[in-house]
Amino acid sequence: MINFDQVTISYPEAAGPALADVDLHVPEGELCLVVGRTGSGKSTLLRAVNGLVPHFTGGTLHGRVTVAGRDTADHPPRELADVVGMVGQDPASGFVTDVVEDELAYTMESLGLPPDTMRRRVEETLDLLGLADLRHRALSTLSGGQRQRVALGSVLTAHPSVLVLDEPTSALDPPAAEEVLAALQRLVHDLGITVLLAEHRLERVVQYADRMVHVPGDAAPLQDGSPQTLLATTPVAPPVVELGRLAGWDPLPLSIRDARRQAGDLRVRLAELPPNGTPHRTPGEQLAVTCELAVTYGPVVALKGVDLDLREGEVIALMGRNGAGKSTLLRALTGLNRPDAGAARVVGSDPATLRPKELVRKVGFVPQEPADLLYADTVAAECAAADRDADAPEGSCRALLERLVPGSDPAAHPRDLSEGQRLGLVLAIVLTARPPVLLLDEPTRGLDYPAKRRLVTILRELAADGHGIILATHDVELAAAAASRTVVVADGEIVVDGPTSEVVVGSPAFAPQVAKILAPQRWLTVEQVADALAVTP
Amino acid sequence: MTRLATDRLVPRNVHPGAWWLWAIGLATVASRTRNPLLLLLVLAVAGYVVSARRSHAPWARAFIVFLKLGLIVIAIRTLAQVLLGTPLPGTVLVTLPEVPLPDWMAGVRLGGEITAPSVMAALTEGLRLATVLACIGAANALANPKRLLASLPAALYEIGVAVVVALSFAPSLLTSVHRIRGARRLRGRPDRGVRGMVSVAMPVLEDALERSLSLAAAMDSRGYGRRANLTAATRRATAVLTLGGLIGICLGTYGLLDGTGPPALGLPVLLVGVAAAGVGLAFAGRRTVRSRYRPDPWRLPEWVTTLSGVAAAAASIATGILMPGDLAPQLLPLTELPLPLLATVGLLLALLPAWVTPPPPDGMAAAPLSSPRATRTDVANSEPPADTTTSPSQERADRDAATPSTAATGPPVPRESRR
Repeated sequence: MINFDQVTISYPEAAGPALADVDLHVPEGELCLVVGRTGSGKSTLLRAVNGLVPHFTGGTLHGRVTVAGRDTADHPPRELADVVGMVGQDPASGFVTDVVEDELAYTMESLGLPPDTMRRRVEETLDLLGLADLRHRALSTLSGGQRQRVALGSVLTAHPSVLVLDEPTSALDPPAAEEVLAALQRLVHDLGITVLLAEHRLERVVQYADRMVHVPGDAAPLQDGSPQTLLATTPVAPPVVELGRLAGWDPLPLSIRDARRQAGDLRVRLAELPPNGTPHRTPGEQLAVTCELAVTYGPVVALKGVDLDLREGEVIALMGRNGAGKSTLLRALTGLNRPDAGAARVVGSDPATLRPKELVRKVGFVPQEPADLLYADTVAAECAAADRDADAPEGSCRALLERLVPGSDPAAHPRDLSEGQRLGLVLAIVLTARPPVLLLDEPTRGLDYPAKRRLVTILRELAADGHGIILATHDVELAAAAASRTVVVADGEIVVDGPTSEVVVGSPAFAPQVAKILAPQRWLTVEQVADALAVTP
Repeated sequence: MTRLATDRLVPRNVHPGAWWLWAIGLATVASRTRNPLLLLLVLAVAGYVVSARRSHAPWARAFIVFLKLGLIVIAIRTLAQVLLGTPLPGTVLVTLPEVPLPDWMAGVRLGGEITAPSVMAALTEGLRLATVLACIGAANALANPKRLLASLPAALYEIGVAVVVALSFAPSLLTSVHRIRGARRLRGRPDRGVRGMVSVAMPVLEDALERSLSLAAAMDSRGYGRRANLTAATRRATAVLTLGGLIGICLGTYGLLDGTGPPALGLPVLLVGVAAAGVGLAFAGRRTVRSRYRPDPWRLPEWVTTLSGVAAAAASIATGILMPGDLAPQLLPLTELPLPLLATVGLLLALLPAWVTPPPPDGMAAAPLSSPRATRTDVANSEPPADTTTSPSQERADRDAATPSTAATGPPVPRESRR
């Protein structure tokens, strides 16, 4: 269905080609997973499928890309719209209309389908993706998960034979992600759609994949094969695979179910060992506190009666479904949202009244759109500005960046960085001021596993230094690895507040993979298990 | 329920074209009169219909915005007249110190006597402009501008999309200004004042450009701009007809609204222009392969709405011919202002849409769908399946319709609908 023959893609002003000599053949009805480190060229590969590369982005493509027999060289993206459905990383930026139902119909209108066909397909898609209740809603009022499902639906209505998805679950909470993936699997199984999917959160998708393509980056040749064989060696691997590698399981398990069936021995070995939790220092002085905090947006109540305190050395994972009020809570702690009732205090003062210069020394915030914090033309200039803003010694921001995303080009424009590299840069900038309170909104969106591990190490070190950190995240693995405390927010209220090891193990939605595999024992991360096994061989 | 009752009672969107024609009718009345009583009546009629028939959607707040804009217009117009204009003879209200101006500025005056008639004239002029603005605001509040563009003839579709992108550009620009100003604060830099604003401009523009690019990429991927092949001769004829028609429409509208030009320049030119443009657009429409999903129907309420607007305009034009003095009366004393019967009745007719049109569906609301009213809306909007006979070509188009297994799965309960 999708054929790449000796494809080399290069952009002007780039040192080397983005992809070199790619040969890839995806047969009909296969779900093919594209993995690779941040910035390795996954997006370029995906966008070449419907001709956006090079028709839209520029650059040169040598070789041939054919989809359903059509060559992208003489078929621009619009002529492939009936064959390829493409959903980008940020679904909201691709919305053309402003109501859910109209958005679903847009592609069909462009293709000139007859009205009653459109009518029926819209109804089918509304049901397939669980959007029926939202049909008249304005798109601007939807939450992230709802938007992602609308974006998926808007290309599905054209009944494409190929679906290309760039990180479809990266912005979704675990249940919403499962819902989207379940819908995808149904499409593959029932309609025979070919899916090409790039995703960093392998733990969510790898079990659904028939085939895996690893893009190693630096124009090295693609590795292509079944998930089992590839994952045995790739640097990116979900916790279930890492645990399998650690325990030497063969065949390598991809799903919780497979792993549990092989985990009997491991559970016996681990039963005698105490699950020593990640060492967290005992919380010290209170750094940030909210008291009966309530925030509203017009008629919508985002937060009500929230009491939360953050102490020195604590890492709090703030979890909850899309639109539960996590971001609002963080924004209230930075003074970006003023409380309608109650109060928020950071290091003894009201963040909304602080001058920017004082604010930045008390609280650091990485927003969901990390690019908002970037202004300069080059990474180097951005780092220098961060050092100045924070009165930090010269080069401290660069050093942090090097640890978080090694090998990033200091002369590159921040907007040309990949999602993950950009987030790394913003993290480095915010951490340069070493504020006592650090707030991160979805920090692992677009980060690969190695970058995530480095982030966890840095967060632990900062916590050990006495910083208080709150992470709003959907990433249960991150919460398990980094957080000492987990707070679950639902509908603007705090539902659960307790030590991570207790909160996440008890909840099927928020439990990390290792906890699910080794339940009822309380292990959270592969690292814990490895440490325990290393002590007693 | 009878068909008539269904048309009137079951909530649905009224065709945006009907609201715009109705609003243009009211605006015609406003632009042809300088009688403050009639102008206030136009405002009242527009305001009443808007409050009765607007939805909760974001664009429904447009009326208030346009009213505020109107107040600013009145203020500027009055101030300019009072400070700069030559006073009309009459009762002197205040005498300001007059600033002597050089000879070459003869005819312009700064300060001096302020008379009641000149203030009154300026107020009325301002009110007239404000009323026209309010009529545009009413149309914006009642009809989703994007839906209006979607009902344009196929030939104008691409222009329509350009306007859609521009329309979404403005609000997204505001959001990014807000977001990026917040972000500056987080970097420890000033977020207020002139310097703060200027330094925000660059990232905001970059952000908006990037957004437009990804929108363009998404639209291209979704088939925007596919077209059928046409001969060069047809294309040329199309261009001539469309352009000529549009010029005719402009001239005709000018003649109709101005009221002082030769009578031949009004209605006849407008009609010829509309006809030419219509033929041109029909030709050009064959170029695109697009179809429409659930176009807004044009039924009785739409006819009544349009005709009520036309009636208001016609009554005011007739008044202008029969009793020109009533449309541009002596403004003082206020107690002797005439209220022409014919124009008033016409305007009152324009209130009809407040009752004869169906209420807007509540689903457009930003709030969650939880009220019983909203449930009724949903029922109303899912029309019974069309019982048309399926042609073989349609069959082929549908061959890859979802298999029964997907249809049988039923709607999963969306978890996020109540946030």
